[in-house]
Amino acid sequence: MVGELRLDGVTRRFGDQVALDGFDLVIRGGEFIALLGPSGCGKTTALNCLAGLLPLSGGSIWLDDERIDGLPPERRGFGMVFQNYALFPHLSVRRNVAFGLAMHGVAKREASERVEQVLDLVGLQPHAEKYPAQLSGGQQQRVAIARAVVMEPSLLLMDEPLSNLDAKLRLEMRTEIRRLHQQLGLTTVYVTHDQEEALSLADRLVLLRDGVVEQVGPPEELYPQPASAYVAGFMGYRNLLEMEASNGATDGQVTVGAEGFELRGTDRRDGGGRHVICAIRPEDLRPGEGPNPIDARVVVVEYRGQELAVEAMTEQGTALHLLTTERLVPGDAVMLSADPERVLVFDAEEEARDGGD
Amino acid sequence: MAATETLRVSAPTRRSRLAERGVDRTLLLLAPAVVLLLAMFAYPFLYGLQLSLRPQEVGGGLLGNYRAFFSDSFESGTILKTLKLAVPATAINVLASIPIAYYMRGTFRGKRLLTAILVVPVTLGTVLVAEGLLRYLGPRGWFNRTLLEIGILDEPLRLVHNYWGVLFSLVITGFPFAFLLILSYMSGIDPTLERAAATLGAGPWQRFRRIILPLLAPGLATTAVLCFVLAFAVFPSASLVGEPSGSTRVLSIAAYHAAFEDYDYSMGSAIAMIMGAVELAVIALLLGARSRLYKGPSTGGKG
Repeated sequence: MVGELRLDGVTRRFGDQVALDGFDLVIRGGEFIALLGPSGCGKTTALNCLAGLLPLSGGSIWLDDERIDGLPPERRGFGMVFQNYALFPHLSVRRNVAFGLAMHGVAKREASERVEQVLDLVGLQPHAEKYPAQLSGGQQQRVAIARAVVMEPSLLLMDEPLSNLDAKLRLEMRTEIRRLHQQLGLTTVYVTHDQEEALSLADRLVLLRDGVVEQVGPPEELYPQPASAYVAGFMGYRNLLEMEASNGATDGQVTVGAEGFELRGTDRRDGGGRHVICAIRPEDLRPGEGPNPIDARVVVVEYRGQELAVEAMTEQGTALHLLTTERLVPGDAVMLSADPERVLVFDAEEEARDGGD
Repeated sequence: MAATETLRVSAPTRRSRLAERGVDRTLLLLAPAVVLLLAMFAYPFLYGLQLSLRPQEVGGGLLGNYRAFFSDSFESGTILKTLKLAVPATAINVLASIPIAYYMRGTFRGKRLLTAILVVPVTLGTVLVAEGLLRYLGPRGWFNRTLLEIGILDEPLRLVHNYWGVLFSLVITGFPFAFLLILSYMSGIDPTLERAAATLGAGPWQRFRRIILPLLAPGLATTAVLCFVLAFAVFPSASLVGEPSGSTRVLSIAAYHAAFEDYDYSMGSAIAMIMGAVELAVIALLLGARSRLYKGPSTGGKG
């Protein structure tokens, strides 16, 4: 019943521009995949190729043993939740949800049963007779999801479904989407540029960059073990410092230096290049004595409830981001330190910094 | 209760309360438009109305002109003749615009050029179109000559100086209006709605029938009203490429005859009033149908 979806070298070009280049991925039945990357990385292109809304320029898509990339969207049987929800404005909530069943010629009685079930599931029963324009953003979002899941699609595609919601609702709907997935077990491909969303929802993350897969893996793997500075930028390593490595690495550690300070960090380079990016999470950079001391001055302090988000600057002008419970105020001189285990050293690449948020 | 309150509250409060309902000094900006409307529309209309109620023929009574019009089948037949031209012309213009606008709703290379070509007839006056029709569709025009040469016809088709000539002219001049309006209504429909329908299993026809058409329908009604009004007032082409004393003796020609050939302004006014009434009836019918259709936005959700 739950099939395996295979993308084999899926490529899409727009004119001279390659939006997606040789995308390989096997999605197991029931899996929740997040396609993560900045805008223009090809994630929405990948989704539209899967949905059949964009023809491929190369490669193939297989559902079990059936090649499906030639099928029009209406014959793929995939559900899709659009970024702007794309609810039919002239149909009531109930008829929006029933639309797909009607198109597939599902018998009236069965269709209405399934519609009522799904409306219950997303808590829209009280609004079933309303029109989309009469609903709040969160309710519209629920209708969009209900309309897709009522079809029990073999694959559910979601295109940044939370990006139009305010922060509080976004958190609520995130939980809701995860709950629905646990309940229904629908194979899902979810496109987002928000690493938090991807990390909290997905069984596996696919990090895309300029149309090419950068890293694939479960959140538990990507979060502590990013493969590159680019991935690290997405996994919460807000400090991405361009530095120079000194010769020789010992015990998997390497010493790197910049103007004014020197750090010892975990070596994650492929070769042993001298130009490196040094990645540190804000929460791993602490005020106080310790290994890897850096002298800096506090520039900006943001209140975050439990802790403060602080931007500090070294004398040479390197900006550092840290999270701390200490009551710092702008102008304070601080000594920062970081555990070498938590300082990752990657090969420098030109666009490595674009990955950050 | 409201009255006692009004007594107690001071002037600024009343003003602000009126402002809340949209009554404030910015309404004065409407004054020029209102004056213009009264001078250019209301006054001539009322003048014509009272003129039509004072027949030149003595003893006709208040409604003498109207009685005369409806008792003379040659006169009253003009209503049907006008409708016979205006209704099909409207239907053709609107219905032909739908598929063309549908295929042109996206963006593609050469869209501007194609739109320009489709819209050019608007810039040609009715007279120019009439002249073109006479030359092209006349008994010795290219159209007939070509068909005769090929041997499809034995004798030329009569396509001008009759009903068909006027209908062609109305379509040529009316289509660009209908097309432009419908294209803009069509472009206002969020394209992701169609994509959403496709992912839900709707094929091309169902997407058109279930999504596009219902969202377009109010716009179609509006377009039909405008096209109908244009076609209903047909005058130049009815005389130039029609048969102004016979099958295309439309209401406007009848009114012209009465006023400027028989010098019976009163009768002319009456016919103009009848023309307005028929027009209003058809418009009411169309707008009535429109009010029963969906009227909301044509995009789904936010964004």
